[in-house]
Amino acid sequence: MTIAVNPTQTGEPVFYLADEHPHPEGWSTSLGFWIYLMSDCLIFAILFATFGVLGGNYAAGPAPKDLFDLNLVAVNTSMLLLSSITYGFAMLTMQQNKIAQTQMWLAITGLFGAAFIGIELTEFAHMIHEGATPQRSAFLSAFFTLVGTHGLHVSCGLIWLVTLMVQVQKFGLIEANRRRLMCLSMFWHFLDVVWIGVFTFVYLLGVLR
Amino acid sequence: MSTDTHAAGAHDHHHGDGHAHGTFSSYMLGFVLSVVLTAIPFWLVMSGTLPSKQVTALVIMAFAVVQIVVHMIYFLHMNTTSENGWSMMALIFTIVMVVIALSGSLWVMSHLNSNMMPIHQMTGMK
Repeated sequence: MTIAVNPTQTGEPVFYLADEHPHPEGWSTSLGFWIYLMSDCLIFAILFATFGVLGGNYAAGPAPKDLFDLNLVAVNTSMLLLSSITYGFAMLTMQQNKIAQTQMWLAITGLFGAAFIGIELTEFAHMIHEGATPQRSAFLSAFFTLVGTHGLHVSCGLIWLVTLMVQVQKFGLIEANRRRLMCLSMFWHFLDVVWIGVFTFVYLLGVLR
Repeated sequence: MSTDTHAAGAHDHHHGDGHAHGTFSSYMLGFVLSVVLTAIPFWLVMSGTLPSKQVTALVIMAFAVVQIVVHMIYFLHMNTTSENGWSMMALIFTIVMVVIALSGSLWVMSHLNSNMMPIHQMTGMK
């Protein structure tokens, strides 16, 4: 409101807004974070497209049928699904201002997430031990890039989760921490959505091929 | 929801960006639905119940699409009114981009693959 031009006094039309009314801190964070997630979605789309194009080029190496253990993938999928619902419980208890319960559900979410990463790393180690390295064929390069990028996202989510647990422990469920927890919630559920694509198009369709 | 978050939320509503929160029952419904929608495709592939592979592939892809929608609604709380509809606009834009990138890549590259000259013909050309 610093500009004091009054159109009724001067008779000149004003083509700009004098000033916007003030916004509270972080009011646009959730939309901005959503747009970040959408850009992340484009990264995954390109990796999926790469896998779709190269997924059948085995270079006389191992095929999905020889490599993938669907039982292990099913266990892994359930870990991520369970971590999604426990994060949902963390958000619900956060809305009720119950710090101890929020922390407990966040910790359980972190454990499920860590179990997911552990199982995935075991699977990768087993494949590499059998000679199915990213260098072996175009299919394996595309596989490790796509699934590895998803795993890297989950690992970053775990670091973020631990950071937020420390924040909540130190400062409580203040407005800023609620906003951060809400962003991580969107991030975590988004990774679960990407995993639906991974287990369907990489694992299930790979074994069907 | 406590009173102080409501007071903070009231200002958000003033800007029309009422961020939707889930309830216990909506989270549980989403969870049960996604467990079912995950279990059926795994069972179809592992047991080989359906006679043809093409049919199985189409069915599990349909299940994936439904499950993504379930996650969007029950876990990510997508609706047409949050952020004045801008998050829905961003989502629709992203879906359009993803569809173009995915279908375009697969279409062009498969044509390129099938129109590629076989190696034994290429060796004769100098």
